[in-house]
Amino acid sequence: MSGLYAMAPVISARGIVNRFGTQVVHNGVDLDVYPGEVFGIVGGSGSGKSVLLRTLLGLQRPRAGEVWIDGRTVVAEGDPAATAPREVKRRYGVTFQHGALFSSLTVRQNIEVPMIEHLGLSPAARRRLADLRLALVGLPLAAGDKYPAQLSGGMVKRAALARALALDPPLLFLDEPTSGLDPIAATGFDQLLLELQRQLGLTVVMITHDLDTLFGTCNRLGVLVDGKMVSGTVDEILANPHPWIQEYFGGLRGRAALAGSGRQWPAGLRTSAQAGIGG
Amino acid sequence: MLRAESSPGGLLLQLEGAWQAPAAASVEAALRAVVLPAAGTVTLESLAEGPLDLAAASLLQVFEQRCRDAGLAVAWQGVRPPALGIVDRYQPLKPLEAPADALRTLPTTDSLATVRHHRYALPAEALGRRTLESWRGLRQAMVLLGRIVVAFGRGVVQPSRLRGTSVARHVYETGVQAIPIVSLIAFLIAVIVAYIGAQQLRNFGGEIFVVDLITLSVLRELAVLLTAIIVAGRSGSAFAAELGAMRLNEEVDALEAMGLEPVEVLVLPRVLALVIALPLLTIVADFMGLAGGAVLSWSLVDIPFNQFLTRMDESIAPTTFWAGLLKAPVFALLIALVGTLRGLQVRGSSRELGRLTTVAVVQGIFLVILADALFAVLYLEIDF
Repeated sequence: MSGLYAMAPVISARGIVNRFGTQVVHNGVDLDVYPGEVFGIVGGSGSGKSVLLRTLLGLQRPRAGEVWIDGRTVVAEGDPAATAPREVKRRYGVTFQHGALFSSLTVRQNIEVPMIEHLGLSPAARRRLADLRLALVGLPLAAGDKYPAQLSGGMVKRAALARALALDPPLLFLDEPTSGLDPIAATGFDQLLLELQRQLGLTVVMITHDLDTLFGTCNRLGVLVDGKMVSGTVDEILANPHPWIQEYFGGLRGRAALAGSGRQWPAGLRTSAQAGIGG
Repeated sequence: MLRAESSPGGLLLQLEGAWQAPAAASVEAALRAVVLPAAGTVTLESLAEGPLDLAAASLLQVFEQRCRDAGLAVAWQGVRPPALGIVDRYQPLKPLEAPADALRTLPTTDSLATVRHHRYALPAEALGRRTLESWRGLRQAMVLLGRIVVAFGRGVVQPSRLRGTSVARHVYETGVQAIPIVSLIAFLIAVIVAYIGAQQLRNFGGEIFVVDLITLSVLRELAVLLTAIIVAGRSGSAFAAELGAMRLNEEVDALEAMGLEPVEVLVLPRVLALVIALPLLTIVADFMGLAGGAVLSWSLVDIPFNQFLTRMDESIAPTTFWAGLLKAPVFALLIALVGTLRGLQVRGSSRELGRLTTVAVVQGIFLVILADALFAVLYLEIDF
């Protein structure tokens, strides 16, 4: 692991500022995501997690700050025209919070859209690849012919992930991928993500409130508090004395998930949560 | 991509370069171009840059199967790329003949019979379907109309349920904001009618009758009809799109779940607003049309304004103005009914939203013209 962070980061952001009217969402967010890691973004409701993700993707222009993906400038300060070039966009897959599937296309067509645009495969091979994605995310092949409106909430999540994986992107952005899934499906999703990430060397940036997912899959966390980002390994974050972080991870759910992941609450912390661990 | 080397035991294939999704098309082409030996072992070796991804692995899996189907053994020198393992697990290959077989067994004599049967039945079936669909649409429209009447009745008893604010907003959006375009079009149409009429009437020396022509056609027909068509395009589409988007966003369901009736909250205010706004717009169009006619009569056939007014007064019956205006609320009801109904029918996809918005406009205009024709017959019969 230690060698990992000697490499250049895949994604870097410096000094991101986002404001809506008088409401300051980000006030100088710095962030580095290294190749091959699963980076979890955590924060309270309204702390600007989705806005940060949209900023990294270049969908939301920040008031200040810069973003690089693969060393290429995606967002540049003072250059409102800078966006991710096509080659960079082809290298990442994104799932949006509500799926954002194209409602007039079937699930299979949804998965094939980026392939048609970028790959130039024969229709048979394309269909085979689309079916592989369906199988990967645990959707039955019959679901491929359905329209998004005919799917349940959990199936929409899976279909969105299948579409995000369509181009075998080395970089995945996931916005609350397991919310709305039942615990079995969520665990399955975590395992799938880990397997893909290990086998294919994916880098994953995900927003999640699912503490099991956080402890089970993430190498590092970035916590949005007070308009800034505190990032570090899971253990480093747990040791952070910031009251919000302590409350978030030290609550009942946090302790249960922590125990389930086989981790220890860092020693030497004066917190009421400590008493509940390991007992 | 692929370096092939024949060896005594068969074929050695070395994977080179980028075996990832962006190069998928050339990977597919390279694998297809491989000429398989008659017998022996196909040995694969990955010298590719970076790990193979699933796209490349899936293509390779199909290739491995092709080798096995040709009676060859497949072996990997070094490690078999892990992505292939994932593909094997999630999408195991079925024997390649299977789909071809399925196709071959499909057309039996039985299914041929149905095909022949279909050829004659198809137009009839389509006609039947459309008839049923139209019938269903008509019935839904009647149900909606009934609900609107009930909601209106409740509103009369309990005026707070008529939602004055909402009605006012829609009167503003469908009426006040439409004044400029309606005025302009009424003015221009009257100018066109006056121009053509004056040219023809001049041949008989009856230029003064151009005033009769303008007055009658604008007041009885043109003002109200054109206003209704503009409003059908502007507001009928807006109603359908607004309600359709609310449907897609489950807002209509949310209203219903809260115990609010969508017809009362969403449909009735729009219908009422249009029934109020369209007659008022028609009056505006009447004035602008007459003004346009007066301007052209003065400039083209030298009829001064006061003479125009006197002649106008002589040409119209007491009912002329009302003959046009009375149609407006009926047109308004038709446009609002079709617009809101189509909007509420939207289900599932954004394509449906676009389709039904189009339908709302086309049917709105059609119904307006149909109703106008019926009015013409009615007025003739009762000598209005």
